[in-house]
Amino acid sequence: MTLEWIFYFAAAIAFVASVKVVTGENAIHALLYLVVSLLAVAMCFYLLGAPFAAGLEVIVYAGAILVLFVFAVMMFDLQGDRQPAVFQQSWSATWLGPVALTFTLAILLTYILLNGTFDKGIEPGIVGAKQVGIALYGPYLLAVEIASFLLLAGLIAGYHFAKYSTQGEHR
Amino acid sequence: MIDIAITHVFLISALLFCVGFIGVLARRNTLFMLMSLEVMLNAVGLAFVGAGSLWQQADGQIMFILILTLAAAEVAIGLALLIRMQHQRHNVDVDGLSKLRG
Repeated sequence: MTLEWIFYFAAAIAFVASVKVVTGENAIHALLYLVVSLLAVAMCFYLLGAPFAAGLEVIVYAGAILVLFVFAVMMFDLQGDRQPAVFQQSWSATWLGPVALTFTLAILLTYILLNGTFDKGIEPGIVGAKQVGIALYGPYLLAVEIASFLLLAGLIAGYHFAKYSTQGEHR
Repeated sequence: MIDIAITHVFLISALLFCVGFIGVLARRNTLFMLMSLEVMLNAVGLAFVGAGSLWQQADGQIMFILILTLAAAEVAIGLALLIRMQHQRHNVDVDGLSKLRG
């Protein structure tokens, strides 16, 4: 019984941290809230019986991708909201439209989910790293190859775009 | 591992997705838009892992791993573009990109 409450508690932490990410002013603070959100979701993964996904979430997402974010923000001064005065809008003008639209979407999703005939509980059981590995290098081998191509393309594009070039740059 | 209705997992996932979506729509700072995209991808991953846990199959976690790969590549390219943008324009405002020429 208590494990369920831990799950909902972690989900609430993830929600609050995500809201703080979206509404944050300081980039570094928002990134740290994002780390909190990812760790809370990793907790949810673990409680759902997916310890391998939880470990990947902590190691790869919070440990590698977010560290990349923090390095880029700190080294290249990608900080905050120094917006030009032209783009300064009032609070309501910025947030009213998106929040109204997305709130409608959320209500629709909630309605569909709550009225669906799909009310099965999650069976107790753990899908471990062994099963995932067997499936990953069995029927999903082509997907792994395509993912490696995606990573290679990301590497090349990142190198090309971030490369400091002295020629042909006019500000 | 525990007994949770799958509907609740999907509801949490939908809520997180909506929060990230609001961020992408409302923020004009490209860095915050990237972070909101991370929140959205994470929410989708939660839905996949919940579904995989529902059927006790590994496919959900495999889809999560593929989403992780996608997020890594997206962040690498996005941050490289942000660095270039900061270098050329000295801000990361996405509205300024509407004046691109050539």
